[in-house]
Amino acid sequence: MDTWSFGLTITIVGAGGTFVTLGVLIGIMSLLKKIFPVSTGSDSRTS
Amino acid sequence: MLDSLLFGLSGLSEGVVHLSRHGLPNVVMICISAILFYLAIKKGVEPLLLLPIGFGCLLVNIPLSELMETGGLLKFLYDIGIATEIFPLLIFVGIGAMTDFTPLLEDPKILLFGAAGQFGIFITLLLALAVGFAELEAVCIGIIGACDGPTAIYVTSQYAPHLLGPVSVAAYSYMSLVPIIQPPIMRALTSDKERTVKMAMPKKATVSPRTRLLFPVVVTVATGLIAPKGLPLIGTIMLGNFMKESGVVGRLTHASENEIANIVTLFLGLAIGATMDGHVFLKYQTLAIFALGFLAICVDTAAGVLLGKLMCRLTGWKVNPLVGAAGISAYPMAARVCQTVGQKFDKKNYLLMYAMGANTGGQIGSVVAAAVMLSVLKGMGLI
Repeated sequence: MDTWSFGLTITIVGAGGTFVTLGVLIGIMSLLKKIFPVSTGSDSRTS
Repeated sequence: MLDSLLFGLSGLSEGVVHLSRHGLPNVVMICISAILFYLAIKKGVEPLLLLPIGFGCLLVNIPLSELMETGGLLKFLYDIGIATEIFPLLIFVGIGAMTDFTPLLEDPKILLFGAAGQFGIFITLLLALAVGFAELEAVCIGIIGACDGPTAIYVTSQYAPHLLGPVSVAAYSYMSLVPIIQPPIMRALTSDKERTVKMAMPKKATVSPRTRLLFPVVVTVATGLIAPKGLPLIGTIMLGNFMKESGVVGRLTHASENEIANIVTLFLGLAIGATMDGHVFLKYQTLAIFALGFLAICVDTAAGVLLGKLMCRLTGWKVNPLVGAAGISAYPMAARVCQTVGQKFDKKNYLLMYAMGANTGGQIGSVVAAAVMLSVLKGMGLI
C-alpha cells in the first residue's frame, strides 16, 4: 500500500469511525437517561 | 604516584572536555531546558509537566552522566513507565477520577463537538505524510491534534518511540497555549450575532445518579467492542470515573487524583525529558513536528467552531458556535476560553456549562479517536 492510500484510508475510516463511535455513545447516553430518569428526591445535580 | 594524580584529575575534567569537543547539541538542549523552566515557573505554562521534563532534559544532556544507560535512573524510569505504557494509563485513571461528565450527560449531542475537535489529527497525519514522515510516525504526529498529552505519549511510545520527546513536549506546550491559540480563530470564524447566541440553561437536573454510575461502564463496553486496541485508554479513564461515581472507594479515588497522579506525573516528566538528548532531538524533524502540532490544534478549533455554526443553523440559533471550540481535550482550559470569549461580546452570556460538556466530550473524543486509529491500523496489519 502506498503512502497516500494509507493516509486516505486512515483519514476516512479513522474520522468516520470516530464519528460513528461517538454517535453510538450519544445514543447510549440518551438511552441511559430515558431508562433511569431523575426521580423526585434523588440527589442528581447539574454542574 | 604522579600518574595516579593525573589520571584522577583527567577523570574530573572528562565531562568538560567532552562538552567542549562534541557537546554543542547538549549545550543547546541545556538552554532549551532553561526555557522550559522559564515557561513553567515564570509563565505558569503546564508547570507540573514542563518543570520535570526540563530537568530530565538537563540531566540527560550533561555529558557522560550515564543516566540513560542501562541501569541509569532515567533509563529505569523510561523502561518501567514509558516503554510499558503504564505512566500515561495511570494518569488517565486520575483524569477519570477528576472529571465530572454530568454537563455532557445533560445534553449528549454536545459530544459531536468532541468528534469535530479531533479533525486536526487526520489533517495533520496527511500533512506529516506529505512532508516525508513514515506512516506510523505520521500517526503519532497527528495524535498531537488530540490535544491530549497522555494519549500522545501512549501512542508515540508504542509506534515511534524516537519521536516521543518532540511529540510530548509539543502536545503539552500547545495544550497550555490554548488560551492564546484559540480566541483569534474563534473570532475570525464567527459573526457578532453568532457569538451572542444565548443557550438555554436547563431548569432542572436531568441526569440521575444511576445514569452517572452506569455511564463509564457502558462506554467502556461499547468503545471496547468497536475499538478493542484502544481499550487501555478508554478503560482507565472510565475506571477512574466509575470509582468516583460509585462513592464507595473514596480512598482509591482520592489516591488516583492526588498521590498516584502526582508521583506518576513527576516520573513521566523526567522520563520524557530524558528522551531529549541533543544529538537525537536537534533535527529538522523536531521543527516540523512543532509546526504540524500547532496546525493540528488550529484545525481542531476551526472544525469545532464550524460544526457549531452548522448546529446553530440547524437548531434555529439555539447553539452558540463558540462552544464548538471547547470540543478539544485540554480540560478545563478550552471551556474557560469559550466562556471568556463569549463574555467579551455579551457579559450576560453564560456558556460555561455547555462548554464544559463539550470539553469533557473532547476528552472522550480524543481517546476514542486514538482507539479507533489503533484498531484501524491493526486491521490494516500495520501494527
